[in-house]
Amino acid sequence: MTNPAATRIEADITANPVMLYMKGNKQFPQCGFSARVVQILNHMGVDYATANVLEDAELRDGIKQFSNWPTIPQLYVKGEFVGGCDIVTEMFQSGELAEMFREKGVPVRADA
Amino acid sequence: MADRAARIASILTTQFAPVALQVADESHHHAGHAGAHPDGQTHFHVALTSPRFAGLGRVARSRLVHEALDQEFSSGLHALRLTLAAPEDDAA
Repeated sequence: MTNPAATRIEADITANPVMLYMKGNKQFPQCGFSARVVQILNHMGVDYATANVLEDAELRDGIKQFSNWPTIPQLYVKGEFVGGCDIVTEMFQSGELAEMFREKGVPVRADA
Repeated sequence: MADRAARIASILTTQFAPVALQVADESHHHAGHAGAHPDGQTHFHVALTSPRFAGLGRVARSRLVHEALDQEFSSGLHALRLTLAAPEDDAA
């Protein structure tokens, strides 16, 4: 099955070291799960880009197909799929998320 | 739409030989939200401990559950909160 959004997704996750596909945007997340990931990334002081899947049906379906992951939000770091809200939350709580950002050379706030 | 929670529990019991399994319908927490349906049955929490997860990372564990519940996603399941463990995790 062809994925018309794949080229754009590849470009986005390559250009942005931390890329979040979400519902809404950083200022106005439109889903509790997206809001939680935004909150975590903000707390960690990570520089990240977002794409709003609600504004683009092609992207909304395309990102699910691209990652073989059925739900939004989806976090990518250095082009690699990390997970959705549950995984990001678990990794944040255990300290693995900060560790992963540091390993991948993504600056995080010192106390995160 | 029959009881999705019962269906999810049945599918997971068959495929994962769970040591522990809990399925909760959390749709009422999301009423009025874009993915919500008036009849509910859209948002679920699954806590599953299965030997099938041994040695797998978080993404791989979740993918197994997503695959098992593929039909449910196609028929209106909107969000799945997953708490997945292997029996060996505690010992690690």
